[in-house]
Amino acid sequence: MLQRLLSLAPLLIALSHPIAAIAQDSTLVVAPLLSPPTGLRVGDSPDDNGHGVLARWSVAPDDAELLVYEIWRGPSPTAPDSVWFQVGSAPRGSEHFVYFDEDASAQGQPNPAFVASGEPIHLRVRGRSGDGRLTAWSGAATGVGKGNWFHRGKTNILVAVLLFGGAVAWFINSARRGKELYIRPIPGLGAVDEAIGRATEMGTPILYVLGTGTAGDVATIAGYTILSRVARRTAEYQTPILVPVNDPVMLAMGQEVVKEAYTQAGRPEVYRADNISYVSAMQFPYVAAVNGIMRREKPATCFYMGIFHAESLLLAETGSGTGAIQISGTDQVSQIPFFVAATDYTLIGEELYAASAYLSRAPAQLGPLKAQDYAKLAIILIIIAGILALTLAHWDGILRLVRTPV
Amino acid sequence: MKKQIPILIVFVTGLIMVLQFFVPHAASEFLFTYANDFVIVIGILALPLGIFSLMRGTVIKARKDPRERFYAIVTIVGFLVMAIANFRRDSGPDSLAQNLFSYVMIPCQATIFSMLAFYIASAAYRAFRVRTWLATVLLVTAFIVMLRIVPLPEPFSSWNSSLVQWILAVPNMASKRAIIIGVGLGAISYSMKIILGIERGYMGGDK
Repeated sequence: MLQRLLSLAPLLIALSHPIAAIAQDSTLVVAPLLSPPTGLRVGDSPDDNGHGVLARWSVAPDDAELLVYEIWRGPSPTAPDSVWFQVGSAPRGSEHFVYFDEDASAQGQPNPAFVASGEPIHLRVRGRSGDGRLTAWSGAATGVGKGNWFHRGKTNILVAVLLFGGAVAWFINSARRGKELYIRPIPGLGAVDEAIGRATEMGTPILYVLGTGTAGDVATIAGYTILSRVARRTAEYQTPILVPVNDPVMLAMGQEVVKEAYTQAGRPEVYRADNISYVSAMQFPYVAAVNGIMRREKPATCFYMGIFHAESLLLAETGSGTGAIQISGTDQVSQIPFFVAATDYTLIGEELYAASAYLSRAPAQLGPLKAQDYAKLAIILIIIAGILALTLAHWDGILRLVRTPV
Repeated sequence: MKKQIPILIVFVTGLIMVLQFFVPHAASEFLFTYANDFVIVIGILALPLGIFSLMRGTVIKARKDPRERFYAIVTIVGFLVMAIANFRRDSGPDSLAQNLFSYVMIPCQATIFSMLAFYIASAAYRAFRVRTWLATVLLVTAFIVMLRIVPLPEPFSSWNSSLVQWILAVPNMASKRAIIIGVGLGAISYSMKIILGIERGYMGGDK
């Protein structure tokens, strides 16, 4: 019996050895239990400025047991584990991740995750389950981010712009060749002359408010165009026009526009630079100043053309209180109801942009207006096609036509 | 030349701005940022012009009308105090400039803004007068929408809530989107006219 036990001793010692080794070296206990994602490739992320790389992989065989894939970055593919750091994560089932970082410093410190354009980026991926189990690492892969010269996601916008631009050119040519282009009557613009005439008869000034936009806003520029036409008439009738502005650049532009209009009307001597004045760059001080002008000067006519925010009703109600005839126009959808309620005529949205064409009736001005109408027709057709495709055919491919990148 | 050179500048810069929208490259981003920095520089350079205009206008007003003198003095003193306070080096949360801003400027602005509530009431009175059947529809719709903030008993509350959701998400949204599409197309068309030199009203018109 003893002999038998002694003969088994080497076997017992051999078996106890790895158990002891495992007990002493805990790193062997956390050996990966799940299989890793495979086929990691890292390449340039498309449609960006060169500070992004795209990592692609095939999901791990144990993907169903995972919660997320962790994406780690290291200084080289063979660097030790301790120097790698996590740069992102993707939910289970994901097969790609865009790694993007162009902030070279984080709160004054160098950003270790900064992706410099043209420099190699080393990434590797592993999975993590909900209970903390990990997969092995995928192999490390290296990629380089490059700046792209065209954003492919904006192709639909480019095509639309080219088609619209072509239509504009076509209708301008048509109008120049003498084709009659119809524009529907816009009551607000039709009333401009009447409003100027009223101020002239009453011997009071006209107030022209360009809003709280900047000289770079299209709606403000449209406001200047109408100002130019109104100023020409006021020069002819020798009615003073007051233009309080909220931006020094707009002041310079306003003075130039009114001066030019007076010169064209043959009345440069009537022009008063002081009538176009800067009052304040801040929204509510501007309102206070303009309302003060209304209360003091009692203008017979008030124009509000441009970009307006919360001040729209404050201005229009004060103007209404002084008994002025008021014409407003803005492209700010949220302010249009206030203007409709408080002013006599309102140019709703696009009518503000149509004003110059409407007032001048020049062929080159009318062409783009006609192109706009056809673009609207095209949009209506696309909407109807979208409704039919989604409702009847359950096909959402049509959404790709109109989807644009954020 | 007085017209041609500005139009050429507008054409070139406008075209660059259009192209940069489609180009994500760092060079394009740099150009865009550079152009925007120029806008800031132009704004700063124009600021003395604005200050001069404000001061000149205030002095002229005070000279013309004795009743305006008090307000003119308040404007000039307010401007000088604010400017001097901002020239001081201490710009912390307890600095003079910050205190003037927090305890004078903001309350004044809030006062002007709160007047909006009264103006909304008077504008609503005019807008909701029943003159035509369309005005009646507007009045009824507005009444239903405003009822949403009134604590109604069930099941009226949930019915009203669903109806208001529908009004805001369907007819209201449809009209809003129609206006937004029109504005978008109008802005593109107008921008094209500016870039191509067809629209010159912002420079004082033709000739």
